[in-house]
Amino acid sequence: QRAGSQNVTVYFIFSFILARGGPHLANPPTVIVMVGLPARGKTYISRKLTRYLNWIGIPTKVFNVGEYRREAVKHYSAYDFFKSDNEDAVKIRQQCALAALRDVKNYLTEEEGQVAVFDATNTTRERRDMILEFGAENGFEIFFIESVCDDPNVIACNILEVKVSCPDYQDCNKTDAMDDFKKRIECYRMNYQPLDPDQYDKNLSFIKVIDVGRRFLVNRIQDHIQSRIVYYLMNIHVQPRSIYLCRHGESQQNMQGRLGGDSGLSTRGRKFAGALAEFVEEQNLKDLKVWTSQMRRSIQTAEALNVPYEQWKALNEIDAGLCEEMTYEDVRERFPEEFALRDQDKYYYRYPSGESYQDLVQRVEPVIMEMERQENVLVICHQAVMRCLLAYFLDKSADEMPYLKCPLHTVLKLTPVAYGCKVESISLNVDAVNTHRDRPERGPSILIRRNSVTPLTSPEPNKKPRMEGLDDPIIREVTPAQLTLCSASHTTLALSTQVSHSYCPYIFTA
Amino acid sequence: MRGASRSKNTQDLDKRVCMTNCPTLIVTVGLPARGKTYISKKLTRYLNWIDVPTKEFNVGQYRRECVKIYKSFEFFQPDNEEGLKIRKQCALAALNDVRQFLTDEGGQVAVFDATNTTRERRETIIRFAEQNGFKVFFVESVCEDPDVIAENIVQVKLGSPDYIHCNTEEAVADFMKRIKCYENSYQPLDEELDRDLSFIKIIDVGRRYLVNRVQDHIQSRIVYYLMNIHITPRSIYLCRHGESDLNIKGRIGGDSGLSARGKEFAKALRQFIQSQNIRDLKVWTSQMKRTIQTAEALGVPYEQWKALNEIDAGVCEELMYEEIQQRYPQEFALRDQDKYRYRYPKGESYEDLVQRLEPVIMELERQENVLVICHQAVMRCLLAYFLDKTAEELPYLKCTLHTVLKLTPMAYGCKVESVCLNVDAVNTHRDRPSNVDVSRLPEEALLTVPDHH
Repeated sequence: QRAGSQNVTVYFIFSFILARGGPHLANPPTVIVMVGLPARGKTYISRKLTRYLNWIGIPTKVFNVGEYRREAVKHYSAYDFFKSDNEDAVKIRQQCALAALRDVKNYLTEEEGQVAVFDATNTTRERRDMILEFGAENGFEIFFIESVCDDPNVIACNILEVKVSCPDYQDCNKTDAMDDFKKRIECYRMNYQPLDPDQYDKNLSFIKVIDVGRRFLVNRIQDHIQSRIVYYLMNIHVQPRSIYLCRHGESQQNMQGRLGGDSGLSTRGRKFAGALAEFVEEQNLKDLKVWTSQMRRSIQTAEALNVPYEQWKALNEIDAGLCEEMTYEDVRERFPEEFALRDQDKYYYRYPSGESYQDLVQRVEPVIMEMERQENVLVICHQAVMRCLLAYFLDKSADEMPYLKCPLHTVLKLTPVAYGCKVESISLNVDAVNTHRDRPERGPSILIRRNSVTPLTSPEPNKKPRMEGLDDPIIREVTPAQLTLCSASHTTLALSTQVSHSYCPYIFTA
Repeated sequence: MRGASRSKNTQDLDKRVCMTNCPTLIVTVGLPARGKTYISKKLTRYLNWIDVPTKEFNVGQYRRECVKIYKSFEFFQPDNEEGLKIRKQCALAALNDVRQFLTDEGGQVAVFDATNTTRERRETIIRFAEQNGFKVFFVESVCEDPDVIAENIVQVKLGSPDYIHCNTEEAVADFMKRIKCYENSYQPLDEELDRDLSFIKIIDVGRRYLVNRVQDHIQSRIVYYLMNIHITPRSIYLCRHGESDLNIKGRIGGDSGLSARGKEFAKALRQFIQSQNIRDLKVWTSQMKRTIQTAEALGVPYEQWKALNEIDAGVCEELMYEEIQQRYPQEFALRDQDKYRYRYPKGESYEDLVQRLEPVIMELERQENVLVICHQAVMRCLLAYFLDKTAEELPYLKCTLHTVLKLTPMAYGCKVESVCLNVDAVNTHRDRPSNVDVSRLPEEALLTVPDHH
């Protein structure tokens, strides 16, 4: 145990002095600060939000203080660690929080992160004030997300889903784990100071999520990213449900090896539609919504189900422009350069007069939002579109997206579970051509990244607590370079828009 | 869009999103001068623009119909039995019209704009909605800032028909007493007592929101919209790029650069912007050469939006109207028949444009002073949103080259100033010809084509 307490005090005083002269960044990064007792869904929200923000191209990372604590204190013994009078533990927990904040700062200033999610209980004013000072010194916007819930069923369910199986309890049985965790919650409850919109916290920017989204209190939204976050949080839910993704049945163009077009189903495709109808019935789902694109092949597939369905233009297959209805061989012959370019950088590559995967992501975002709102949904779409949707649910990056395997006549069943998504791949045993082209060997990418949206995978969490160097003085930020005429604004990312800049030699993110 | 019938592409279901199968009744709640009508009108305009047939029903209007001459605040006193009776009748008459709009006239959303400050009144409305199968969503505006209230009164109450014969002091005094009449019986929506209702409580003009039980997509869109609008004074400047080389040749679409006159306009625009002395102006362009070149001349930071790109004319890109008539006479006629919904083969329609532009509109709402340098069809869509134009009018709005439209939100709408920057340009506006039949003669089709080289 280090004699670290005096250093920590010094940190506080020092940071107080600097709070006034914090830098004014033109497009400041945001620190999202979670607030709430244990088992209120803070980590669930942190990770889901991070996945969404990365998918729409905003580099975001979660910093979970619990993980820092697990690194620092190798073996968790019991809830006593969290008692507020356990001085040694309090010190360790403090240091972990500070270490995490250092990493936040590093991510946002050195690693081009845009949003950091500081996932911890942050239940006392003292802790939140410290974070606010940290934000002020570094020119970061601070946005709090508080989850308030007193429904014992919800809490018990959370504990079972994610706590009982966590590393802290790997040597316990379920009942003991549940028991210990509840006592852990009590340790926090005594000192819990919820956000107070009327007095103490009325000038802060935050959203209070009450009873898992039954009610929200939203205070002082400052900018676009915060309003998007609020919109997203208000659309997600935790009801158990499944999302079924599949492609239309095999089409006539598929059989000829042709891209795009708007042909109808082949004989085997129709057989698949029948098999799909049976499959759906077997699943015995409550209130299944069925969505298709506006293209014949997906509509014909849905028709066989004999249930109401909705057509979304946004689900149409990627527009191959001049290459529509050609075979890959034709494309290679007629547009050899284009063919090569696409293989080099399939995500950004836009077919002449057509679209890119990047365009697709923009197009498909409202569908994602609506899928979040819904419960059981079956989406009958197309190869490229399905890859985009899958990348969102499975947290895949732009690089992987165009090569995700989405074979014909196979249904992917996604079930949200714990902090992620369980995937079951169900082949309906109807033969079809294979339309998948693997990633070829390639050299360095040469496509200029003009447009800004690049789905990213959520980064791996930092494991090391980096306890050393806590007594170093805070380094003042260097003011950013003068904005050129085409400025990268983070604030204009909107539902289906690309913001980009030409004449800019560097890659930036929205 | 108002006046637009359903797209022929759809089945019975809305092609974009299932906006619930039952209609929604939005009910405003709040003391007088809290911005309820402002919110009602703005929300109605937005919902219609995104193709959700919406209509507002302002009970005050019904009252003005009923009681031809407004005498004084005493009408609103809680012990004025005659007044109470009339006000109740008016509310019921309005609800009746709501029912007709939502069940018989294909309406999707009705905005019931009144104070609705008592729980009793709200109960009546909820029962009415249940009987008719409507969902109810309350929008309450709570504000105690005397400056905001005073400003509201000045902006919209003084000019109301009620106070036509009063001077300012008298009107203000009377209105303040009117507010008092409501205050004593005001029962705001309560987190506990009204926990089962769906509502948003807007506090202090958007400083804070309380959102309870959002039931469906349309309500979540409404909440998102309400959280993005503000009332800080600002202006929105809309203009097209400077005249382009293709413009001069009478060709549509394409991605050409500015002509000599277009470059002159860009310089004139720069001067104009400087003379306006605008605080913190944001400049937005599309990703097409001609708008970017125009913005470059301004010498200030700007942002490019793909969503602001001109309508994609598909197979007709870079053609002259004469060539379109020659090669695709039927398409040309079909477009004249329904210019809003007509989609160029392999291209877009105005309807597609509106969908594409919705995020731009949302961001425009969030921002303050903005200059948008865009294109003819795009500018028409944006203008239609701000000026509440129908689908029929939208494709024929006049958006001439080298003219800046300055929009300033005022009272319940938008003031428009048209500023011509005195640099000559071709006319690119094509009116709807009188004969839109596919059997028409080429001359009839080309009658309204503007001159070009």
